[in-house]
Amino acid sequence: MDAIMLQEKLVERLLCHRVKTSRQKEKQYVGFATLPNQVHRKSVKKGFDFTLMVAGESGMGKSTLVNSLFLTDLYKDRKLLNAEERINQTVEIIKHTVDIEEKGVKLKLTIVDTPGFGDAVNNNECWKPITDYIDQQFEQYFRDESGLNRKNIQDNRVHCCLYFIPPFGHGLRPVDVEFMKALHEKVNVVPLIAKADCLTPNEIKKLKDRVREEIERFGIKVYQFPECDSDEDEEFKQLDKELKECCPFAVIGSNTVVEARGQRVRGRLYPWGIVEVENQSHCDFVKLRNILIRSHMHDLKDVTCDVHYENYRAQCIQDMTSKMTQDNRMESPIPILPLPTPDVETDRLIKMKDEELARMQEMLNKMQQHIHDGKD
Amino acid sequence: MLLGSWVRGPLSLSGHVGFDSLPDQLVNKSTCQGFCFNILCIGETGIGKSTLMDTLFNTNFENCESSHFEPQVKLRAQTYDLQESNVRLRLTVVNTVGFGDQMNKQDSYQPVVDYIDRQYETYLQEELKIKRSLHNYHDSRLHACLYFISPSGHSLKSLDLLTMKKLDSKVNIIPVIAKADTISKSELHKFKLKIMSELVSNGVQIYQFPLDDETVAKVNTTMNGHLPFAVVGSTEEVMVGNKVVKARQYPWGVVQVENESHCDFVKLREMLICVNMEDLREQTHTHHYELYRRCKLEEMGFRDTDPESKPVSLQQTYEAKRTEFLGELQRREEEMRQLFVQRVKEKEAELKEAEKVLQGRFEQLKRLHAEERGALEEKRRVLEEDQSSFSKKRAAAQLLQAQSLNANGKKDKDRKTSGFM
Repeated sequence: MDAIMLQEKLVERLLCHRVKTSRQKEKQYVGFATLPNQVHRKSVKKGFDFTLMVAGESGMGKSTLVNSLFLTDLYKDRKLLNAEERINQTVEIIKHTVDIEEKGVKLKLTIVDTPGFGDAVNNNECWKPITDYIDQQFEQYFRDESGLNRKNIQDNRVHCCLYFIPPFGHGLRPVDVEFMKALHEKVNVVPLIAKADCLTPNEIKKLKDRVREEIERFGIKVYQFPECDSDEDEEFKQLDKELKECCPFAVIGSNTVVEARGQRVRGRLYPWGIVEVENQSHCDFVKLRNILIRSHMHDLKDVTCDVHYENYRAQCIQDMTSKMTQDNRMESPIPILPLPTPDVETDRLIKMKDEELARMQEMLNKMQQHIHDGKD
Repeated sequence: MLLGSWVRGPLSLSGHVGFDSLPDQLVNKSTCQGFCFNILCIGETGIGKSTLMDTLFNTNFENCESSHFEPQVKLRAQTYDLQESNVRLRLTVVNTVGFGDQMNKQDSYQPVVDYIDRQYETYLQEELKIKRSLHNYHDSRLHACLYFISPSGHSLKSLDLLTMKKLDSKVNIIPVIAKADTISKSELHKFKLKIMSELVSNGVQIYQFPLDDETVAKVNTTMNGHLPFAVVGSTEEVMVGNKVVKARQYPWGVVQVENESHCDFVKLREMLICVNMEDLREQTHTHHYELYRRCKLEEMGFRDTDPESKPVSLQQTYEAKRTEFLGELQRREEEMRQLFVQRVKEKEAELKEAEKVLQGRFEQLKRLHAEERGALEEKRRVLEEDQSSFSKKRAAAQLLQAQSLNANGKKDKDRKTSGFM
């Protein structure tokens, strides 16, 4: 079967949890099999939101890729800085929000851009504005969640960060490693190899292996695709395995339409040939799009909520309570269950009592032994 | 007074003399000697410097991949002997290692500047030697610097601008756009314009191919307009049509390195090697090296004209410096001598003081000694007196006793026990 068709099947499988119910007169019919349908209906009504962050040096093709992914132009009238202006540039955070709709499903898409990252001559701690931004969103959500009126909470948390690795080197550079390590516990990091049309297939494979090995060596926790269930069929599993082995994706972006093989496709025109963005043998754009949008968008959101946000929240609360015991305050600014704080005094008492108990136990044993011996 | 005349304007010759063979003689001599060329390649790790050198010189220089995690920028120089027809070339390729990889790149240009200056310095030292062998000297000064620009498609990077500004007065800079097969034609045109305008607006002087020689002026003018050259390097060979060419094979096509509609590699090779190599060497010697030499000598205090604006020869300046130096030495010596004398005097005074004190003590001791002696003498006299009086008394007593014994006889036997025996 064609690879594209297989992927379509995968997408369908993940989307369609709808089960066609049929009234079976022989069995007892309750009716909760329609729940998936109800969930589907409600979610369409509510609409979805997704926040995507793009990071990487300027000239890596981030804007082009985002435009290609969502088939829209988010960067009209963008001003690019000169080299001179960039010598001491600081990193900015710019948000673009659009509402897009497809087959009745509404998506509020926010792209968080990070112009200036890695562009200055001195890039020490250039990721700080970015981590601060992510933490700010978490803090905002935390406050909203803990507030009294929780009707209209806006979820501005960053669900995914696409990091663009330049294809011109031999692997990761110090700035790449530092950035990913600063962010891997705050957001889902998906590394990409940018501008992959400067690498031959061999070179792509070598670079991917190198990057994967360096990611493991430096202990960077990039976003892991969830394991598929063991009861799925073989081709699904095969596809899943292929996708995982393709990481990091080597992408090419384009907004211009060119004519290739008699069709109009999105691509880049060179004197020696045409690179088709959606051709799987040219680059991994399609795989990225499927993962990001068609199959794993919700999982990315779930991991952000269940893992990154919860970590942040637990850390925040711990900091707050430790501060509180230091300052001897009893009320907290947010409603939380009183944690059994490890108090130094009580710890000591507990230890003492434990020791006493142990000693008593020993004495008892000795006495018993003595009695036992005495009997004999 | 010297007599002489100089007839300006070409004198017509009535026959063939033969000095038109001078250029050939020169050529023969230099071919025998062999040529030397030194290139510096500056660019980020992995940008294709080694591959381009391999492609340009059609050989394999066996470079190993560098790591991205070098703590500082270093330079690595390798020298090769190449030969084409009967022309021998000693080529030195200097590559930067770790350029652009550090987090803080403010000082990245410094090792490069230091290296270039070192080569000029060694040449200057050789030139200033008393016994010098310039004709044998292996010229290590860098004749050309290829600056590899990353193909972002937008503009120069801030590091590029900073580095080129520091280097443009020291070496001939030829900027090239590396890995140009990732930029489409329309993007390339815009990119080149943007780069050149940024260089101009920041006052960076890159190497312009010379226009003074009519035979090459035309081609050089055209080429100047194509700067910076967008190059692609490859040592792999691919079959295209019925020929085997150096190329890069992609799923969507084959990029041929020597195809002028694919990239500017041929232009670079022609300009750098075929047409202007000698001019690059000349520019380095007459322009960049002279500038370095002038700055260095001025630092050392040499001038071409003295304060009254009269021309001063190097010898005069040298003599003046020498006398100044010697005078300085003498002054120092004098100072030291005076210091020495003073110290000696001080020490002498100290010693005298000490001597006096000792003398005083000696006197005192002597006095004490004499006093003791006197006292002792006195005591001895008293003792002697006592002794003599005692012995007198004893003698008198013995006498008395003897007399009483004789007088009393046996009657006083028991009286012997008493008395003062």
